[in-house]
Amino acid sequence: MSDSGLNGFRVARTGPLALLQDAGRFGVRHLGVTQGGPADLHAWAWANHLAGNPWGAAALEITFGGLVLIADRDLTIALTGADLSITCNRHPAGRWQTLNLRAGDTLAFGTPINGLRAYLAVAGGFRGDAVLGSAACVVREQIGGFDGRGTPLREGDGLTVYGTSATPAQRMAPHSEQQDYRLPATLDLLPGAQIASFTGRSLFDAFNAEWQVDQRADRMGVRLTGPRLQCSVTSLVSEGISLGAVQVPPDGQPIALLNDRQTIGGYPRLGNLTPLAASRLAQCMPGQTVRFRAAGIDRTLRQYRQFREEFCGLSHGGRDSPHL
Amino acid sequence: MKSLRLPCLERAGLDGWMVRLFDRIEENNLLWLAALAGECETEFGDTLVDLVPSYTTLLVVFDPFRLTPCDARQKLIAILARLEPADAGATSKQHCLPTWYDPRSGPDLQRVAELSGLSVNAVIDAHSARDYRVFALGFAPGFAFMGLLDTALICPRLDTPRQHVPAGSVAIAGQQSAAYPAATPGGWNLIGRTPTRLFDRDRDGFSLLQVGDRVRFVPVDQATFEARGGDTKAVSQPGPAQAR
Repeated sequence: MSDSGLNGFRVARTGPLALLQDAGRFGVRHLGVTQGGPADLHAWAWANHLAGNPWGAAALEITFGGLVLIADRDLTIALTGADLSITCNRHPAGRWQTLNLRAGDTLAFGTPINGLRAYLAVAGGFRGDAVLGSAACVVREQIGGFDGRGTPLREGDGLTVYGTSATPAQRMAPHSEQQDYRLPATLDLLPGAQIASFTGRSLFDAFNAEWQVDQRADRMGVRLTGPRLQCSVTSLVSEGISLGAVQVPPDGQPIALLNDRQTIGGYPRLGNLTPLAASRLAQCMPGQTVRFRAAGIDRTLRQYRQFREEFCGLSHGGRDSPHL
Repeated sequence: MKSLRLPCLERAGLDGWMVRLFDRIEENNLLWLAALAGECETEFGDTLVDLVPSYTTLLVVFDPFRLTPCDARQKLIAILARLEPADAGATSKQHCLPTWYDPRSGPDLQRVAELSGLSVNAVIDAHSARDYRVFALGFAPGFAFMGLLDTALICPRLDTPRQHVPAGSVAIAGQQSAAYPAATPGGWNLIGRTPTRLFDRDRDGFSLLQVGDRVRFVPVDQATFEARGGDTKAVSQPGPAQAR
């Protein structure tokens, strides 16, 4: 593995947003620094796995398409997540499987057909500039990414990769993992926080109504519209916010908070989406409908452990681990 | 929150517990929260992922692959049962932030003066006359929420936030004061500017101000401000309605 990295891709054109993301930034939230990392952890983990990378390698998160990359050398890659009409040399590129590119191949991301965010992992992993222990790119904080300054990919950028001598096995994700993001989503929510302060009617609505994904959705959070939820607490003393928290501002319309959320906030919350539910929501297009399902800790924890065991067993973790 | 028995633990996802110690903002909260954070560091060791302290709470995030939520809860209950407040003197570092109070660096000085019924000079005197404690970091890297403000200075946020608040801007809102580490949008009342660098990725600890620290704003003139590297660029007025 070369520390300086090797040429991997050249950026011929950019779209709305393409960011480098490793697993995220941990052990720093008391400084006001957010988590970052892939909005869709599920698809990101599969991309790395199919490219033969360990948990935590940095991959590209491409939102909405528009990106065109040219391979500098022969590369082994994997594409997962959203179907953004991706082509390789103008032919449809296979997703959810290991792919081999030749030097000079053109990888083009078109427009979204199914889902919102695609992930591109390269064997060896992309080489970012780690800041505060992570290369996760957070534009708002100007931290991480290829330059360490939180800059999204720009036309003309050269993307470096870590060299790897191993040729990854050709793999394909099981069909059950290749999600259809167009289907209505049911999102597991672990009740908590101020849930007891919402009115009975609002709790009924929260878990029975259909919620529409609003245009105002980004890596900080996704706003949902539907019946107005009422809480006897209207504003709190600000407190820490964890991934997937569903907060309800005074307008009664919930906001599910994702990877780039502010670290503390003062709106009452219903609880937290599970990490996999937050991943699923991150693939929803504006206008799609979702439902919340009150979930128990045992089932959701078992599900999350199974997901992680697929990629890395359970030996990793802790604030000092880059692989968390 | 009226009938809540404190302290209490609230589930915060698969991998977190919110430890709620208080229901009101008071300076003494910091001593208990600092002690709690210290105990968590020791007790959780490397199964600890993040600690997010705030005015009345501590969010504890742990590694759900090495600790079940139930085990984490047991640990926290044991910690709470034996918790004692940290030593008032030992935990706090003192900082002085040189601050250029001027209508150019603090375009809301006049507004604050009008709302408080004080003169601009009296606003500056009141703001710089006391030590503030850092209760929480959030909103942006190194953005310290400090309190508590002289009650005479309490005033609401701007109706329309500015799109661009210059780095170093010293601001007040509600009972709190803050200094913006980097240029961001912001809705607080700007009353001055400090040349001190508040967040530096190359500094040990990254953020100059840490929870529990004491901070004093010290008035300086424009020449001193500039000599210390301050940027005197004027502040743009509150932006169009898209900012929230």
